[in-house]
Amino acid sequence: MIIVENLHKSFGDAEILKGISTSFEKGKTNLIIGQSGSGKTVFLKCLLGLFTYEEGSISYDGKIFSKLSEDQKRDLRAEIGMVFQGSALFDSMTIAENVMFPLRMFTKMSKSEMEDRADFVLKRVNLPDAHLKMPSEASGGMQKRVAIARAIVNNPKYLFCDEPNSGLDPKTAIVIDNLIQEITDEYQITTVINSHDMNSVMEIGEKIVFLKNGLKAWEGSNKTIFKTDNESVTDFVYSSNLFKKVRQMYLEENE
Amino acid sequence: MRYLHNIGLYFLMIAEMFRKPTKWQVMRTLILKDIDDLIIGSLGIIAFISFFVGGVVTIQTALNIENPLIPRYLVGFATRQSVILEFAPTFTSIIMAGKVGSFITSSIGTMRVTEQIDALEVMGINSLNYLVFPKTIALMLYPFAIAIGMFLGILGGMAACVFGGYTSLEDYILGLQTDFDAFHVTYSFIKTYVFAFVLATIPSFHGYYMKGGALEVGKASTTAFVWTSVVIILLNYILTGIMLG
Repeated sequence: MIIVENLHKSFGDAEILKGISTSFEKGKTNLIIGQSGSGKTVFLKCLLGLFTYEEGSISYDGKIFSKLSEDQKRDLRAEIGMVFQGSALFDSMTIAENVMFPLRMFTKMSKSEMEDRADFVLKRVNLPDAHLKMPSEASGGMQKRVAIARAIVNNPKYLFCDEPNSGLDPKTAIVIDNLIQEITDEYQITTVINSHDMNSVMEIGEKIVFLKNGLKAWEGSNKTIFKTDNESVTDFVYSSNLFKKVRQMYLEENE
Repeated sequence: MRYLHNIGLYFLMIAEMFRKPTKWQVMRTLILKDIDDLIIGSLGIIAFISFFVGGVVTIQTALNIENPLIPRYLVGFATRQSVILEFAPTFTSIIMAGKVGSFITSSIGTMRVTEQIDALEVMGINSLNYLVFPKTIALMLYPFAIAIGMFLGILGGMAACVFGGYTSLEDYILGLQTDFDAFHVTYSFIKTYVFAFVLATIPSFHGYYMKGGALEVGKASTTAFVWTSVVIILLNYILTGIMLG
């Protein structure tokens, strides 16, 4: 479980995060949503330790990140898997080498053990025959799946995804969403997804944190988001006519 | 003020590069790959440039010796001194600032743009040690490439001399042997080691700390070439003053 308390982050005079407090539970897909410029990416990078923050704390299962030594931070990071928006695969390595990379860096596994593990996770993300391809030869959806495979290969306790559906067609986006949710449930990972994809919100948002202007404006789940009367959330989530109709139908059915 | 900030950041980068080393099995592979990319891959251009620059130096020297009282073996002597003292270590390093430097800046800069460096950092890997340290070690073999350059420069001079009919082979070889000071070779290799460090770290700095997209990668490569060349020229002046002055 990740607990965030009163997180403040500024760049010069611009205060991006203005005191966010929330928690992300183990075994659940936690979504951070909000408009562009709401502070989602900065929040995620603070969670990952890529940005330092002026005030507040982030604790990972009781370990407060800012109070850890450099060695302890390195150990904690070895328990984190990350899926970047652009996949961030190492383009000088094959897909199998990309997936084995965390194992090469952090374990004492033999080559055959690493290959077996890479086989297993690549099969898990439905890419059983992609081992020898270079990332540039893979489609956007395949690259995302490889990124997920690399993120989970070392059995992480925490999985972070930065807009995993961006640039994907709706069908592939649903496949990626479902894959992340299945993996989260199967391995009981604390998953945090940064998204503004409304399908993801409805499909896999077991916990949703809505950010607006650097503040947490609302939190709930894909069940409660239909019933909320928070104007900021309804303006954002139900901005399209399709989603307005979906919400209306849901509310009528559940009256 | 920005220059001072960048100079400070450069030295912090170098200090950080030696912290939190990457696993040796991985580092060994990275070093061997960088030796292949940076040294082996540059041998062809170094050989080509050295051979023909050596030839040009010889021809220029021979054509400028008009006084019959000046011995013809001076052509070999001048070629040896020019090639060993300046052309092989300094001239080649400027060329390498373009070839190797651009390669380093663009490869690290592209990794920055595509979040590959963030991916390394999130995994708890010291990205500076992972990316810059192997290049620095690989370029410690750069003096061997320069030694080949020296040999080929003198050989190119000999070919130009003999086949161009500027002086005899015996005179040229006599010139090569005249007043030979082994310290000049030592001086040249010390310079080369310093230039190798500059060639590895300044382009890495510009790639690692770049911001923006693909266009900025190109700009960073150009800036890296300019600054690497400037620093090489300045260090050449300082080292020459210290060691030969």
